[in-house]
Amino acid sequence: MDPQRKRKIRLVVALSVAVLLGVALIYTSFSASTEAREPSELVNAAPGTSAELTGKVVQGSIRRDGNGIAFRVIDRDGKGQSLPVTYQGAVPDPFRGGREIVLTGTVESAGFVGEPETLITKCPSKFTTKSDA
Amino acid sequence: MLSLGSALLGLAFLAALAAGAIALSGRNGDERRLRLSRRVVYAFCGLLTACVAIIELAFAGDDFSFNIVQQHSSIETPAGYKLAAMWSSQEGSLLLWAWVLSIAASAALYATRNKLRELVPWATAVMMGIAAFFTGLMLFAPDVDPFAKATMQMGQVPSDGVGLNPLLQHPSMMIHPPMLYSGYVAFTIPFAFAIGALVTRRIDAEWIRATRRFALIAWTFLGFGLLLGARWSYTELGWGGYWAWDPVENAALMPWLLGTAFLHSIMVQEKRGMLKVWNASLIVGTFSMALLGTFLVRSGVLQSIHAFGDNTVGPYILGLIAVVLVGSTALIVSRLDDLRSEKRIDSLASRESIFLVNNLLLVGMTAVIFWGTFFPLISELFTGDKASLAAPWFDRYTTPLAIGLVLFTGIGPLLAWRRVSWESAQRVFRIPLAVAAVVTLALVVFTGADDHLWALSLFAFAAFALTGLAQEFWTGTQARKELSGEPGPQALVGLVSRNRRRYGGYIVHIGVIVLLVGVAGSSSFQTNRDVELRPGESTTVDGRTITYVKPTMAVDEEKFTFGSLLRIEEGGEVVGFVRPSRRFFRPTGQAPGPISTYFAGEATSEVGLRAGFWHDLWIAEQPNVAEVQRGVRLADQGFSACVQGAPGTPEQCKALRALMQAAAADPSLQPQAFRQISQLQGLAAERVAKSFLTTTAASTFKVIVNPLVTWMWIGALIALAGALIALWPSRGRRRGALVRTETDARKEAKYREIRDAELDHATGKLSDEDFALVDAELRREAIEILDRETGDGSGNGGSNGNRAHPREPEKVEQG
Repeated sequence: MDPQRKRKIRLVVALSVAVLLGVALIYTSFSASTEAREPSELVNAAPGTSAELTGKVVQGSIRRDGNGIAFRVIDRDGKGQSLPVTYQGAVPDPFRGGREIVLTGTVESAGFVGEPETLITKCPSKFTTKSDA
Repeated sequence: MLSLGSALLGLAFLAALAAGAIALSGRNGDERRLRLSRRVVYAFCGLLTACVAIIELAFAGDDFSFNIVQQHSSIETPAGYKLAAMWSSQEGSLLLWAWVLSIAASAALYATRNKLRELVPWATAVMMGIAAFFTGLMLFAPDVDPFAKATMQMGQVPSDGVGLNPLLQHPSMMIHPPMLYSGYVAFTIPFAFAIGALVTRRIDAEWIRATRRFALIAWTFLGFGLLLGARWSYTELGWGGYWAWDPVENAALMPWLLGTAFLHSIMVQEKRGMLKVWNASLIVGTFSMALLGTFLVRSGVLQSIHAFGDNTVGPYILGLIAVVLVGSTALIVSRLDDLRSEKRIDSLASRESIFLVNNLLLVGMTAVIFWGTFFPLISELFTGDKASLAAPWFDRYTTPLAIGLVLFTGIGPLLAWRRVSWESAQRVFRIPLAVAAVVTLALVVFTGADDHLWALSLFAFAAFALTGLAQEFWTGTQARKELSGEPGPQALVGLVSRNRRRYGGYIVHIGVIVLLVGVAGSSSFQTNRDVELRPGESTTVDGRTITYVKPTMAVDEEKFTFGSLLRIEEGGEVVGFVRPSRRFFRPTGQAPGPISTYFAGEATSEVGLRAGFWHDLWIAEQPNVAEVQRGVRLADQGFSACVQGAPGTPEQCKALRALMQAAAADPSLQPQAFRQISQLQGLAAERVAKSFLTTTAASTFKVIVNPLVTWMWIGALIALAGALIALWPSRGRRRGALVRTETDARKEAKYREIRDAELDHATGKLSDEDFALVDAELRREAIEILDRETGDGSGNGGSNGNRAHPREPEKVEQG
């Protein structure tokens, strides 16, 4: 085979692999992702809706509940209705009232049920902000 | 001190601008201007060093008139962490960025003081432009002035600071941020020289040779920084993992991956004159990723565990990234003609083509991580919802890519440059393939590894690659033994020290493969359980019996510590004890309040870790502190009754009450009053906390049996050692940097190539015929260079404009 043609074939193979990878990335990312929702958007959601809940833990709402914990989460701006949440298992270190969390789970009749091992608590901002107060 | 610092910072900004401008004005080769610009860069470095010193002195001396000190340190902050607190602040971390850049730029300009005269002015301008950007940010952007004055309380300098977040009080936090920053920043150097090379159209391997070391330093720092972060996460964060695909982690991993690709592909350009566009693009990409990492932690655009608040400098850095990307792309496109390869890849079975494959894998991995990291923004753009991708999605792509990397890391070193014949391939592949087969079989028969096919294939490829590398060392040593007649160990040392880059690189490969084996083992074969135990109870996890012997506690001024003593038994025998605990910090930087504030601040896990070569036993505890909290409430009630002067209170209460009243009128008495209150509260807190020792309540324990984690840390240390070997200056360089003409450098590179081919031949990688062919080719090329030199002056072949220097007699190392 002449080298020119060989190079062309190589290029085509490489490009198709890249395109395939790109398509796979796009396809799987849209199907595997969970949508981020704030509590106010989930309060009236139908049971069975799965989502990634983001919001603030309401101060003083954390209760131990058997093996897990129960607490309420409110929109990041502190407005709207809060959503009751239950979570089984150990919580991360920075978790406490007033902190922002991200939690994957499903809406059920009694509230939002988090999947174990998915609770992420944002660290208290390392770089302070003006709106920190 | 504040105004002195501001003045020095302002001067530094001017120095950066001046250095860049002077360098550009000397771009026609004006020796004096270049020297001047270099000196101004050194001065810039000195000024920033002074700024850093002033800030650190303020931290060390608790000077709370500095806002940065007041916000990030306190009197009680341990001394070591006071110094580290600088970079826990936004403004301090920017200063660190600029400072490290000033050091790296000075070092780079010193190293190239006699070289690359056309390129250096542009490189200086790029480096100083970026330096001026970061210095200017501190001066002109809102809220990031490191020399801002603290907010005054009652017209006085605050008496204490807010303190450093307890989560950040971990030894690796003292070096983790500077390491990462040094990594990010050092990539500026190869980037700046690449831009210089593009602008001046001097796109041979010169700029690469001059900055390769900086790229390797950047890579090493960044890698070590990542590793320290992983270690911190594993031992401090109480979730038991070391990597979470968090955006900020990804942001540091991406430049590291691209940097890895760059370090490999520049070898192809050095040796074969190929991949020039690719290399220029890679370094632009790497540097942009480093900037992106700097940006991400300050922007608040993505949800991250490292939730740094939204703030003001994000948009500026984004602007800089845009300028870098657009400018560099335009430059590369306009230079496409000059960037054409000098040669083509001879054969797919050659080291350079394996490098290319590995490059594609690394870039592919970066693309995956980039997509996943920014997916929330992408999905918001298309669907209006911020949707994010979790760890399983990342794992799905990065696992096969990483396994492919290990495979090709195994193949690459076994192949020679240019071409390999079937016979020599058979010879070098035989043993590694056999060992890989045996290891795979053993794993399938003796362990449950075949349940996890990805992990199993990684182990198999790792066995293949490690054997191949061992064989490299073995045959190399044998060849040297024959040549020099040295005994084995000496021959090995001689081999490595004569070929630092090659064998240092191999050692890095060994380290990274060992590390990946640790990652595969710990992520595939982990046992993870949450258990509740009362004192005296025990549980069995993965063959280990864990008994809650007794609760433990400690109290000091800043925290309560509640934990437990656990006994570990394996096969009926006690093998040791671990002491997991949880610390409850009071909020720092506030006047003493009720004891219950102990539960209002941060809480951090102190992990009970029994590290072993094969398994780690990792235990974090969530103690049940309900009883203690009840006691705390009672104590607080008693305390407030005391200071309100309820009837029948002891003398001490009355005295304290009098002191508090006096302090309310006279602020200078406040510290004394606070001290007294703290003392009393300390006593009360200790009494309350002691009640935990007799608790019968169940604590929640997170127990993880984590195989092979130790291999990660060992692998990382091996890789670090390899990088240091590769970085160590070779003997020729140490003997004194020669004033080299370009032809000298080319000649030396060619000799090196010949030497490499000889080594490949001696170690059996090149068959006799192949070696004869390659050697003849190389010698012809070498003669061409020599011919060109004798007919020099006009300087054909793109080396025009090369001012003649008095040439040293040949000093090329042979052997």
